[in-house]
Parts: sequence; structure tokens; C-alpha cells
Amino acid sequence: MEPILKGRGLVKRYGRVTALDHCDFELMPGEILAVIGDNGAGKSTLIKALSGAVIPDEGTVELDGKPINFHSPIDAREAGIETVYQTLAMSPALSIADNMFMGRELRKPGWRGQVLRQLDRARMETMAREKLNDLGLMTIQNINQAVETLSGGQRQGVAVARAAAFGSKVIILDEPTAALGVKESRRVLELIQDVKSRGIPIILISHNMPHVFEVADRIHVHRLGKRLCVIDPKQHEMSDAVAYMTGAKEPEQEMSVA
Amino acid sequence: MSTPQSYEAAVTGSPDQVAEFDQGHQSFIQRLQHALHVTPSLVPLIVLILSIVTFGALLGSKFFSPFALTLILQQVAIVGIVASAQSLVILTAGIDLSVGAIMVLSSVVMGQFTFRYGLPPALGVACGLMCGAACGFVNGWLVARMKLPPFIVTLGMWQIVLAGNFLYSANETIRSQEISAEAPFLQFFGEKFKIGGAVFTYGVLFMVLLVLILAYVLRHTAWGRHVYAVGDDKEAAELSGVNTDKVLISVYMLSGLICAFAGWALIGRIGSVSPTSGQLANIESITAVVIGGISLFGGRGSVLGTFFGALIVGVFTLGLRLLGADAQWTYLLIGVLIIAAVAVDQWIRKVSV
Ligand SMILES: Nc1ncnc2c1ncn2[C@@H]1O[C@H](COP(=O)(O)OP(=O)(O)OP(=O)(O)O)[C@@H](O)[C@H]1O
Ligand SMILES: [Mg+2]
Repeated sequence: MEPILKGRGLVKRYGRVTALDHCDFELMPGEILAVIGDNGAGKSTLIKALSGAVIPDEGTVELDGKPINFHSPIDAREAGIETVYQTLAMSPALSIADNMFMGRELRKPGWRGQVLRQLDRARMETMAREKLNDLGLMTIQNINQAVETLSGGQRQGVAVARAAAFGSKVIILDEPTAALGVKESRRVLELIQDVKSRGIPIILISHNMPHVFEVADRIHVHRLGKRLCVIDPKQHEMSDAVAYMTGAKEPEQEMSVA
Repeated sequence: MSTPQSYEAAVTGSPDQVAEFDQGHQSFIQRLQHALHVTPSLVPLIVLILSIVTFGALLGSKFFSPFALTLILQQVAIVGIVASAQSLVILTAGIDLSVGAIMVLSSVVMGQFTFRYGLPPALGVACGLMCGAACGFVNGWLVARMKLPPFIVTLGMWQIVLAGNFLYSANETIRSQEISAEAPFLQFFGEKFKIGGAVFTYGVLFMVLLVLILAYVLRHTAWGRHVYAVGDDKEAAELSGVNTDKVLISVYMLSGLICAFAGWALIGRIGSVSPTSGQLANIESITAVVIGGISLFGGRGSVLGTFFGALIVGVFTLGLRLLGADAQWTYLLIGVLIIAAVAVDQWIRKVSV
């Protein structure tokens, strides 16, 4: 089977800091791929290089076997790649609905939409509410509330709902449950399974080993700016994964190539 | 392995509706703070009404007449138009120091193209409008593509455009009589029409329409939302799929175009085309924006607020003059208002929701 998203020899330097060091990457169709690694290992930089938010200095990215050159996150979105960034990328002063539909606003039908370019607030609000309910974010009372007035976890929930609602090819989640409560984390994991059952592959960055081992089909271990190895969660213990990613233990040879 | 997830089982059976709370007793102050947070233009509106009532009480019908009140509109028309342009730029967390210079250069281009090159006035006006948009485009391109700070870019543009204006016009004024004889179209915005005792100019009408259109566009179109998003957090806007460069360039270009319209209205107001006019437009437009409650940090406020801000300045200016006060009192009070506006802005911001 061919990978749906593939990176080869990706390099990204910030001045004298090398964030990505000839990193390879593969995402298979329909799978949940977890990416784990220490703080500063370069996980966020890797997914930004895949989603157009960062343009790698070297290396190639292929989507469906075709080389791609994203110049901005808009390009990636148009190709069906939807990302929840670690920083969440939301406009604090704007409402939840505004944020969910940022860059793909719905316009009113008829002349009001076509001539006056009028936004269809009602429809966007209803859809935003539905998506939040899917995620069980029942504690959000007002869909027109400014995002800055939400709690950190609620904000994260909104960002995840946005990605899940619009991703059609690949969904990338950079630590989507870091700020979430027990119930909300569970919903996000369910949502991830749900997205997978729709046939859409997911890249999940997380420091939460139980979550990773629960949902991932494969685990990409990132260390010092590159892929150290890929492990199968069914054949490894969490302690192995932690040992690899922190450098306490070297992976066996055949796994590094996997 | 005893499942580490078992603690999650307790979640089943938790309620499934959107949470609702008894709002309890909110004090009047809290409710006011909330209302102001949701509708930022309320503060300048209240100040405007209070100042009209105060001057009305002090001066009686001398001030509180259709004639005097519409005179205020005429006097703020130019600043109001320029301040609308300034609002757009400041909403993106930028600033445009070149608004006054672009306005004057555009008016000079309109005049000189008509009189020096003998173009039909309508074509001369069109060239002036294009000139304004072009200056704005350069500003926007430097800010968006070259990533230069707006303050620096427009500070430079201000000098360049103003110098270009003096060099091109050779510091020569086109006199009012000449214009009304040969190209009255240039003075179009100065033409008056009466409704009862109220006197309006087309410039006033243009300002009001412009404010209403901009208010609509900013609130009800995707482009408007993107303007706010860019000013709020540019990086976030970029990551969530807004073409921030395009938004910025379009904002500065539109600002230049609106300033060119202000230049046209300026000819109507003063009658002549003078390269030395409108020197205070920069600072007056920023004053109106700030009193109108738009945050200089971007992303917050509304163009209606700016309109009220411009009117407040107009009311104070005329009211104090009719009271026979020294003009310095106007500046002093405007200064107080600016600081008060920013203080109120900070206070409103403290509220959540
Ligand atoms: N914009 C930037 N400018 C300079 N250096 C950066 C930038 N972004 C990332 N880096 C550097 O690149 C390295 C990798 O950062 P990255 O954010 O990819 O780590 P990460 O694996 O996502 O870490 P975490 O688990 O903490 O999120 C770090 O050393 C960081 O300092
Ligand atoms: Mg990270």
C-alpha cells in the first residue's frame, strides 16, 4: 500500500537551531498515526511542514504519490488537510462561529449572498452548535461568545471540532487533548475513531501515552529532529516507547527502517 | 493490566444538554460593562448625546437648531471620511500616517489633470482616485509583503507623497473662481441642498453613506471578518486559512481610495485646489478613531464608533466657539477625551463575555 502523505529528507532550520534534520515521514491511508517525542523534538515543526505553515528548507512532501508544494496553510486546506495547531490558531475577539468558519464562510442564498456578499450567520451558528454538541462541549453556553472568553479546554474543543468538521483527506491534531478534561478527552478520542471510520487518516501528536496506545495503529517516535523508529503499539509496551523517545534505549535495527 | 481508563467510566450518565445558569443579580455596572463590550460604539454614542444635550442646554436654539447641527456635519465631513479609512487600517493593528498626504495629492492630481492637461473633469477625478488607490497599494504591499512596520512605512509615505505633491504642483493653487467656471464637477461634494432648516452637502451625504457601507461590510461579509481576524492575531488568521497579505493590501488600497475621495470632498469644501491644505488630517483622523473606541492594537471597535468620534470633536469645536471660549479649550478637552476613551476601553476589556 502506498502512503497517502509522505515526507522525505525534510530539513528546517531556525537560525542555528535545527528543528528538522532530514526527517522522513509516512502516513498510510485510513490509519491513526501517533507522533511522540520529547519537548522540542520537532514534532510541531514536522506537521507544520506537512500542512504548509512552514516551508521546509530541504526535502519533499507527497500527497497521494504526487509531489506538493504548499506555500501557505490555505493550500493545504484546499487539498483537504485540516490541522489543529498547538497554539490553536483562533482569533480571540471573534465569536466561536466566526472562528469555525474562518476562511470558508457561508453566504446567504440568492442575491443577498451573491450581490451583497452577506454572510449566513444563522446557518453557520447552527452548524457550529452541532459540531460542538458532537464533541460533547455542552458547557459552551453561547455560540456567539468571543473565543477569548472560553476556557483553555473549551478553546481546544472548538479547534478540534473545526478540523473534524472540514477535514476530507488528512486530519492533523497537535496535542488536541492537552488541556481537556476527562470527559472531553474521551470525546476527542471517540471523535478520532469516528473520523477514522469515515476513512480519513489522522496524525495525532500527544504526550499522553495511554491515549496514544489506545487509539494509534502505528507510532512514529521523533527524536532530535528526525524519525527514530516506527513501532506497533500492540507489540510494544509504553515503557519501550518512552525509553526510545527519551534516548534511554536504542531501537532495534529493523524497526528504524519500518 | 487493571485498565488505567476505568476512572472514565464514571462519566456515563452525565447530563447532555447545553449548560444553563441562573444569571443571578448582575449589578447595573456589570450589565453596562457587558453591553459596552458587545457594542463598542455605545460609549462614543453616549458621549455624543451627552455633549449635544449639554451644549444645547448652555446655548439654547443657537446650538440646538437644524442649521447648527448640520453645520457640524459639514465641518466634520472631511475628517469623517479620512477617519473611516484610518479605522480600516487601525482595525488590522496598523496605522496610516499618510492619509492626509494622499488626500492632498489626490486633490492636486484631480485639479492639475483637469487644468494643466485639459482632461474632462470626470476623468481628472478618476485619475485622482486611482492615484490615491495606488499610494495605498504601495503602503499595503510594503506592509504585507516586505513585512515592514506600518508606522514606518506610512511615515515614509507621508513625507514622500507630500514632497511629491509640492514638486508636482509647483506649490501652485487653482483658484476657486476658475474651478467653478470651468470644472464645477470638481466642487461637486461642496454643493448644498436644504431640507427645512437643515443644510447638507453631497460631501456629508457621501460620508454618511460611506460609514454605513463600511459598517455593513465589516460586520456582514467574509472580508470584513478577515479584517478583524488579521488585526486580532495575524498568525492565527493565517493558520486558519485567511490570505492575510491580500487582506492587508486591500485594506491599505481601500484606505488610499477613500482618502482620494476625501481629497475630492476637500475641493468642494475649500473651493480651490491647494497643495498646502489638509495638513491636520492625520492627527484629526487618529483622534476620531481613538475617541470612537477602536483599539490601536487592532481587531476591536467599529467604524460607527469612529463616526461618532468625529462628531464629538465637531460638537465640541462648534459648541465652544459659540460659547466664545478660547480655541485652546477645544484642544484641551479633546485631549482629555482621548485619554478617557482609552481608559474606558481598558475597563471594558476587563469583562469576560
Ligand atoms: N518559530 C521558531 N523560531 C525559532 N525556533 C523555533 C521555532 N519553532 C520551533 N523552533 C525550535 O525548533 C525546535 C523544535 O520545536 P517544535 O515546536 O517542533 O517541538 P515539539 O516537538 O513540537 O515540542 P513540544 O512537545 O514542546 O510541542 C525547538 O528547539 C524550538 O526551539
Ligand atoms: Mg509541539
